[in-house]
Amino acid sequence: MTPQVLMDGLVAGAMIGLGAIGITLTYSILRFSNFSHGEFLSWGAYLVLAVASGLGYLAGGPAGPIGPFSFGWTLPVALVAGIALTAGLALVVDALLFGPLRHRGSAVIILVMASFGVALTLRSLLEFVFTSKPVYFTDALQIARPLGFGLRATPDQLLALGLAAVLVVAIHLLMTRTAIGRSMRAVSENRQLAGIAGIDVRMVIRTVWIFGAGLACVAGVMSGLLVQIRPQMGLDLLLPLFAAAILGGIGSVPGAMIAGLIVGLAEAMTVQLVGAEWRAAVAFVILVAILLLRPRGLFGRPE
Amino acid sequence: MIDLLSYGAFFLSVALTYAVISLGLNVQWGQTGLFNVGIAGFVAVGAYVSALLTTPEAADHLGGFGLPIAAGWLGAALATGFVTLLVGALTIRLRSDYLAIATFGAAVAIHLCILNLQSVTGGPFGIGFIPRAFAGLADRPLAFSLANLALLAAVVLALYLALEHLARSPWGRVLRAIREDEPAALALGKSAVRFRLQAFALGGAIMGLAGAAQAHFIGYIAPDNYQPILTFQVWAMLIVGGSGNNRGAILGALVVWGIWALSASAVASLFPPEQQARAASLQIVMIGLALCAILLWRPRGILGEARILSRHVLRPTSPVAPSPSTTSET
Repeated sequence: MTPQVLMDGLVAGAMIGLGAIGITLTYSILRFSNFSHGEFLSWGAYLVLAVASGLGYLAGGPAGPIGPFSFGWTLPVALVAGIALTAGLALVVDALLFGPLRHRGSAVIILVMASFGVALTLRSLLEFVFTSKPVYFTDALQIARPLGFGLRATPDQLLALGLAAVLVVAIHLLMTRTAIGRSMRAVSENRQLAGIAGIDVRMVIRTVWIFGAGLACVAGVMSGLLVQIRPQMGLDLLLPLFAAAILGGIGSVPGAMIAGLIVGLAEAMTVQLVGAEWRAAVAFVILVAILLLRPRGLFGRPE
Repeated sequence: MIDLLSYGAFFLSVALTYAVISLGLNVQWGQTGLFNVGIAGFVAVGAYVSALLTTPEAADHLGGFGLPIAAGWLGAALATGFVTLLVGALTIRLRSDYLAIATFGAAVAIHLCILNLQSVTGGPFGIGFIPRAFAGLADRPLAFSLANLALLAAVVLALYLALEHLARSPWGRVLRAIREDEPAALALGKSAVRFRLQAFALGGAIMGLAGAAQAHFIGYIAPDNYQPILTFQVWAMLIVGGSGNNRGAILGALVVWGIWALSASAVASLFPPEQQARAASLQIVMIGLALCAILLWRPRGILGEARILSRHVLRPTSPVAPSPSTTSET
């Protein structure tokens, strides 16, 4: 096993962690496991791709790469727009489906089932519009540079790691140090009581969707930049996302990121030791182990 | 005319195999409130177990034990029941949606196993030459398809009668009691965990049986038959027909499979060949939207839940209880 496994695992794990934060927030605050969360990753990637190509067209030709990275100025700009669009998509789905179900007092499991329906609808729409052929943000090839200790990484990978770290710290500070973060934790404790105490529950729910979908968009773009963009990418990532959210402990933002890194590392090691064809089973094995040994996760509180 | 009749028999036979899966799901979800997102995986277990037990010996993969078809069906039901029992035991004490996540993961893992364990399952090429029932009639297509249709109809009828009987039995009443009010059922000394597990394993065994029936009807299986879309179709069938209602499960299978087959032929005739894979995803969008719409506007499905309490008890009807409620919300 080469040390390079560490780098591959961390980069993949950072994407999983960002996606898992959205899962853990919807789970702890809206109280259902959202099977459509993976689709926010793929929609985010495709929306950013569409905006970036649109910008490139308007600017008359693809933008040249920035510094050592493989992409031009259009991608960061499109990322900001894509985060807003993905958040908008999540809010629309909530307004049309989850919101009415919630107001009716539907059982948790009805919401889960509805999210399952949303997932297939959104994924198939992507397949219809963009076909199932993989696409890429850029054609540029990047050479991995040595970092010492036998590790190599491309500038894009390092940027992805740095961005993920910044985002996790930011969300964690937001959850623990600001008024909206306190409201979110209050709603997660007890929605009725929080409402009685004067907390705007609907605003909190909107915030959860915006954060979750926004982070999913970033994770999707990273995955698209480092691997490729496919309509199935959200489905393939869904099980690792759930495994990370549960392993980290439901409701814990740092836990989701740490668990995401663990899942990513475990996948990278499996690819090295067992074979790439078993990669998708790793998340299931972790899930089974955590459900058997410690269902509340590493940093979760007992239910 | 003969062609139309053959096609009708074929269509109905496929729909009936889905009806069996839907009946199994109804035991899990309709009567017990257990959410299974891994249907495709459990059906695959049944199909592969039965195929391995009944196919003649083959050089490229394990098995081919050449057993009779009935042994294959029985083995499929038992093996799948056992697998569902394991998956259920993992999460049955936890929050209700952990079961959903675990079954989803199980389906992914099962799909991966049948794809990768080439020496057992034939890998991506699947298993062919699965013996078909009434193979002696194979030279008379109409008689052959009618005989198969009759066999599947008999299976569905027998399952329907057995499940109706179970639902009315004390066992079925305990399941519904646990679903509607778990603390009350516990107070009466019923072990919720054990009854849930039994129902989950029974539903899984029925799905395995359906997988075996499908495999022997088509004669060929491959990993691609067991994608998440299968899970989705079966859910749509049960929800459309009316969960908690065995007749609804069968009716839903016929209706949804009918819509699916019609929309597939519409796609085939409306779109040029190179666009068909693309257009096929519109079918899924349509079924997905329909599922969400039904959850929103008619959660009871076509038939709604059957009233199967003792006729001496008047059940209070509540307008907002369209679906099995779980008590783990708080």
